[in-house]
Amino acid sequence: MRLIREFEEHCLEKALAGTIVGGIHPYIGQEAVAVGVSAHLRADDVITSTHRGHGHVLAKGADPKRALAELYGASTGLNRGRGGSMHAADVGLGIYGANGIVGAGAPIAVGAAWAARRAGHDDRVAVAFFGDGALSQGVVLEAFNMAALWSLPVLFVCENNGYATSLPVDRGLAGDPVRRAAGFGLTAAAVDGMDVEAVAEAAGQAVAACRTGAGPHFLECATYRFHGHHTVEHLMGTKYRDDDEVAGARARDPLTRQRARLAPEAADEVDAEIAALIAEAEAFASSSPGSDPRDALDYLYAGTVPARPGA
Amino acid sequence: MPSLSYVAAVNRALRDEMARDERVCVLGEDVSQGITGLTKGLADVYGTGRVVDMPLSEQAFTSLATGAAIAGQRPVVEFQIPSLLYLVFEQIANQAHKFSLMTGGQASVPVTYLFPGSGSRSGMAGQHSDHPYSLLAHVGVKTAVPATPSDAYGLLLSAIREPDPVAVFAPTLLMGASEEIDDGDLAAVPLGSARVCREGTDVTVVAVGHLVPIALQVAAALAGEASIEVIDPRTVYPVDWETLGKSITRTGRLVVIDDSNRMCGFGSEIAATAVEEFGLTVPPMRLSRPDGAVIPYALNLDHALLPDAGGLVGAIRAVLR
Ligand SMILES: Cc1ncc(C[n+]2csc(CCOP(=O)(O)OP(=O)(O)O)c2C)c(N)n1
Repeated sequence: MRLIREFEEHCLEKALAGTIVGGIHPYIGQEAVAVGVSAHLRADDVITSTHRGHGHVLAKGADPKRALAELYGASTGLNRGRGGSMHAADVGLGIYGANGIVGAGAPIAVGAAWAARRAGHDDRVAVAFFGDGALSQGVVLEAFNMAALWSLPVLFVCENNGYATSLPVDRGLAGDPVRRAAGFGLTAAAVDGMDVEAVAEAAGQAVAACRTGAGPHFLECATYRFHGHHTVEHLMGTKYRDDDEVAGARARDPLTRQRARLAPEAADEVDAEIAALIAEAEAFASSSPGSDPRDALDYLYAGTVPARPGA
Repeated sequence: MPSLSYVAAVNRALRDEMARDERVCVLGEDVSQGITGLTKGLADVYGTGRVVDMPLSEQAFTSLATGAAIAGQRPVVEFQIPSLLYLVFEQIANQAHKFSLMTGGQASVPVTYLFPGSGSRSGMAGQHSDHPYSLLAHVGVKTAVPATPSDAYGLLLSAIREPDPVAVFAPTLLMGASEEIDDGDLAAVPLGSARVCREGTDVTVVAVGHLVPIALQVAAALAGEASIEVIDPRTVYPVDWETLGKSITRTGRLVVIDDSNRMCGFGSEIAATAVEEFGLTVPPMRLSRPDGAVIPYALNLDHALLPDAGGLVGAIRAVLR
C-alpha cells in the first residue's frame, strides 16, 4: 500500500508539472483493494485492470521503475512508452493491462481463465478489477454469465468508490451489486475496502475457492478515492462531493489503519524502503531515453505488413 | 476433378488447422450444430470443449477470445451476421487490434473473426445486408475477402496462423459457389498477396469478393473490344500494392468494383493510391454501393444499390474512351 501511495503521490506531482502527459486517474485511497486481493495471486495468475490501474499493476508485482518510466513515455517503460497510464501492462506477470474503456477487461479475464483451463492449468485464477460504474456496462454482465455458465476461476472485484466520474452510485446503479452478481450464480460478498486485512481475508477465501474449482466469485469492496477522478478535474471546477464526505473517508485511510496494526519500527522501515524505491524509480525514469519518432508504429503488428507505395 | 464448395472449403480449413494445432478452437453461436455450415461436424471430431457454443453475448465472447489468445490459444470466432461487427467494434478495433502496440509488443492477439454471409442477402433488409470489410481495413485490422473456395481455404489457414487479429468475410453470393480442385492443390494463401485472375493490357479491373467472377465474365464478354486485366486483391488490408501497382502502371487505366459503401470505402483507397503513385493515363472509376447505403427490403431496391456487371461495362468503356 505504501508503495502505491508514494508512487501515486509522486505521479500526481509529475502529472501536474506536465512530465506525465495525459494526466492520471489517482488510486489514492483505494490501495487496500489492490493489495488485499493481490496478496493471494501468483505470477501466473492473470489480472485485468481499469483506467485507474497503477495500484493493480504495482500490487501484482510490476517493477515500479519501469512503471514510472512508462508514464514518462520512455522506451524502458513497461510498454516501451506505447501505453502510458491507462494501458500499463506486464503480460509476463499476468498483467493484461489497465484499460481505457470502462468494463472492457472483464471478458478478457474470462478468456484468460478459459484458456488456462483449456491448457490444463486448472488452479490458475483470473481477476477482473472494475469500478461501480462498470456494473452498468453490458459486457461486464455478459462476462458474469459466461464465467458462471462454465464455472470458471474468475474473481470479479468491484471497487465501489461511490462515484463514476461525478455520478454518485445511487444515481447510476439500480439494486445492489452483490445481489446482482449472485443473480448470475456468482458467489458474492461485500467487504470494507478501506481495510486491507478485511479485503485480504475475503479475497483469500474467494481465490482459494476459485483455485479448487468452485466457480466464479464476486467481491464488492466499499472504498473511496481521495482525489478527483482525473488530474485535470480541478481545472474544470467541478465539485460533486462535499468536503466533509472526503474528510470522513480520509479518516478511514487504509494506510493509517494498517500502520496502527504494525510495530512502529516495522512501519518506519517500510516507509524508508519505499522512499528509496521511489527515488530509484525517478532516477531511472527521468534518465531513460524516449523512442525515435520514426518507430512510432513499432509493435502494431506481430506479423508483417508490406510497406505502402510512397510511404 | 472433385468439386469443393465455398462452405466446405472453410469447414475444411478449420478442420485441418484444428488437427494441426491443438490451440485452435472455434467459438460462436450454434457452432456445435454448425448452423451456418462452416463448423458442421467439427464438434463431433474435436468435442464441444474446442468447438464451443457461446451464449448470445457477442461483446463478451469477442473479448473472451482476446484474453484466451493472449493466454496462448488461437481462437476462431464465428459471427452469425456480419452486421454484428458494429456490436463488437470496440472489442476488435479498440481492444484486440491495439493490444500489441499499446503494450509495446509484449503480446499479440492471434484471433480470427469469421463473417459468413456478408453482403446483400436478398430480402434480408437493412440490418442483415451490409458488407462492412472497409471499416476494418480503415482501422488496420488484417482483413480478407476470399472470392473462391480455394482462396477461402488458403486465406483462412493463413488467418489462423497469423500472430495478429485477422477478419475473414465470406460473401453471401459466394457461399453456394464451388470450384473444381484437387484436395492436394489446397494450400495456404499469404495475406497481402493479390491474384491476377485474368491478364490484359488495356485496363486493370480490381474486384473484391463476389464481384471477382462478375468482373471475369465482363472481361470475357468485352474481349473483342479491350484486353482487360482482372485482379482480386484477396485481402483488403494489407493490400498487395506491388501487384496492383505493376498492373495499373502498365495499363494506365483503372476501374475498382467493390460492394462496400462509397464514402471512405475500399474502392476510394485503391483509386486514390493509383492516382498518387501509379501513373494513370485517365482518371480512375469506382463502382460501389452509394454513400451511406442502407439496403432496403424490396428486392428491386436492394439490387439497385449494388454494383453490377452493367455498371462495370459502362465504367470500363468510360476509361477506355
Ligand atoms: C465505456 C466507457 N464509457 C465512458 C468512459 C469515460 N469514463 C472513463 S472513467 C469513467 C467512470 C468510471 O467509473 P467507475 O467504473 O466507477 O470507476 P472509477 O473511475 O470510479 O474508478 C468514465 C465514465 C469510458 N472510458 N468507457
